[in-house]
Amino acid sequence: MSTSTTRRASGAERAAQLGFLQAINEAQTEEMTRDERVVLMGQDLRANVFGAANGILERFGPARVRDLPLSEAGSIGLAAGASMAGLRPVVDLTVASFVFGAMDQFVSQLAKARYMFGGQARLPVVIRAALYYHGGTAGHHADRPYPMFMNVPGLKIIVPSNATDLKGLLKSAIRDDNPVLCFEDANLWGRKGRALRPAEGVDHLVPLGVASTPRAGTDVTIVGIGQGVYLALEAAKSLAEEGVSCEVVDPRTLVPMDWAVIEESVSRTGRCVVVDPATRTCSAASEISAHVVENCFGALRAPVVRVTTDDIHVPFSPALEKQIYPSTDKVIAAVRRTLANP
Amino acid sequence: MTGTSTSTGQHAAPPTGGDDPFPAEFSHPAGRDLALEMLRRMYAVRLFEEATIALFHSGDLPAMVHLSIGQEAAIVGACMATTTDDYMTGNHRSHGHPIAKGARLDRLMAEILGKATGVCGGKGGSMHLADFSVGSLGESGIVGSAIPVATGAAFAAQVRRSGQVALCFFGDGAANEGVFHESANIAGTWRLPVIYFCENNGLAVSAKMADTTAVPDIAIRAAGYAMPGVVVDGQDVLASYRATSEAVARARGDGGPSLIEAKTYRFHEHAYGLAVPVPYRDQAVVDAWFDTVDPIKLFVERLLRWGLAELAVIDEVRGAVERDVEHAVTFAKESPYPPPEAAYTDLYAETPEGSA
Repeated sequence: MSTSTTRRASGAERAAQLGFLQAINEAQTEEMTRDERVVLMGQDLRANVFGAANGILERFGPARVRDLPLSEAGSIGLAAGASMAGLRPVVDLTVASFVFGAMDQFVSQLAKARYMFGGQARLPVVIRAALYYHGGTAGHHADRPYPMFMNVPGLKIIVPSNATDLKGLLKSAIRDDNPVLCFEDANLWGRKGRALRPAEGVDHLVPLGVASTPRAGTDVTIVGIGQGVYLALEAAKSLAEEGVSCEVVDPRTLVPMDWAVIEESVSRTGRCVVVDPATRTCSAASEISAHVVENCFGALRAPVVRVTTDDIHVPFSPALEKQIYPSTDKVIAAVRRTLANP
Repeated sequence: MTGTSTSTGQHAAPPTGGDDPFPAEFSHPAGRDLALEMLRRMYAVRLFEEATIALFHSGDLPAMVHLSIGQEAAIVGACMATTTDDYMTGNHRSHGHPIAKGARLDRLMAEILGKATGVCGGKGGSMHLADFSVGSLGESGIVGSAIPVATGAAFAAQVRRSGQVALCFFGDGAANEGVFHESANIAGTWRLPVIYFCENNGLAVSAKMADTTAVPDIAIRAAGYAMPGVVVDGQDVLASYRATSEAVARARGDGGPSLIEAKTYRFHEHAYGLAVPVPYRDQAVVDAWFDTVDPIKLFVERLLRWGLAELAVIDEVRGAVERDVEHAVTFAKESPYPPPEAAYTDLYAETPEGSA
């Protein structure tokens, strides 16, 4: 679908662009330079196995750059405690499927400490985790678990869809006084996630809780999450050739959600499709759909349609995996379904 | 059955008798004040909790309480080896820790009654006391869950080179939680200034330690994480104070973490008023503890023997605590409940302007 519109970027174009891993490196380096309370912790960090810690150890030293043992629960609790005692830890949890081993620490400590202690605690912690699906990683490395955390009050959640947003959101997250979970769609590590680099010398910040509208349109609102934004834009391009005008909204932050932008868009278009790589039941798409139905019912001209991963675990075989995820074709079909109602 | 447990799931009585020489800790000019402060804080825990029992029976208590009665010496000895600048975390058996760390009794009692003036504004309750003003970063109702939090506070102290330590209270039950081992390994590897203090009362609710735990002493586990591990008599406030003082000095001197195991006794049920259908310990034995291993009684006897205080002075200390507790109960009862809208505050911190 639409691959003819994409081509290899030239050297000059690439220099003007920012990639996902570059964005993380720049955000971390800038914020660690700006504030000595920021510390970086993660598995395989010093060896830079995942490529998101270029030269960090050399630049900031071993006190502020720590390799963590394979102790996810201990690590998240460690970050919570360190933040309550004056540091601003950034934890690289690497693969998002590894959150499950630390669930109690996320929920019982990180999310609840401030509330349960009557506002005495501040927990400025950022936890980064890659959504490592669609690449033969199978059931234990391919989860997209952010909706589970949307169900836990007290956490903020960002899912950037391009490198420039990632850099700006991550920098804002590090400066935020609350725990922020940053889920990075690994399908955007390459070409799909590249974006125009912010101007030189600009402290590029994207505020949490502010959506963007990467494409304006009048017939249908497509809300995309992570790679869902890319799929939505591809679908919109294709549908434009048929005369269908799609508006693409990227919430960027799932908690707090920028409901105003979504409501305004749907109120204008009267149609809504939500593209979410998470598993369907109780997905972010489910929450967005419910909210749109509750708040924009009078404007809706068609059912809200979710395009999500099917309610199944991720199978290993290349013959099995791809079909379960949202795709451009599935987004196009969903838009057509909303257009069936005049 | 191991050597340190009995059929009641409790430890054998600590060895007593023999020489009990006048302790060096109390020999200097301020020694008497130190001894009386230990006594005062143990009374504070005891009388505060006895007041919660009365509130339970009068119907004023909105939830169950997990009492530290019997464990006062372990808690007070440990806390007195730290200052209010040092960090501390604890568990569901929570009242003793902040009291011993120096928190105000009135705001703790108000919290237990769910009042607006409570130290957590009524959002935490008995199991989740926290008073950041004295270094208490919170008690955790999830067993073991605050162990990594204390470890993280110690990490922050190390990075900031502040000289602070973190005191981490947990029980023998929590020593079987994964986060204990994960945290101890991180602390041992990074040489963090943390003191893991196990109040081993021999019981995880009803489960006897020997039935759930592979080793007779939690302190043995220190060897796996490159830190010293010691067992102390948890009924002896001075023993707890001594061991913790050594650990604190080591931590402040970049000597890394320590594990202290205080063998102690839970005099009351897991939660006060909890009805356990099948008897799991001999009540006659438990009743006898109030005479044989009451840490306050044992310390009073020694103070008298050492000539550090006469009965009148001890009564004076107790009387002052009684008045503090009475005030705390009155303050808590007379304080208003939080308004309904308070349920929706304190979830997120406002990030200061200009920082983002």
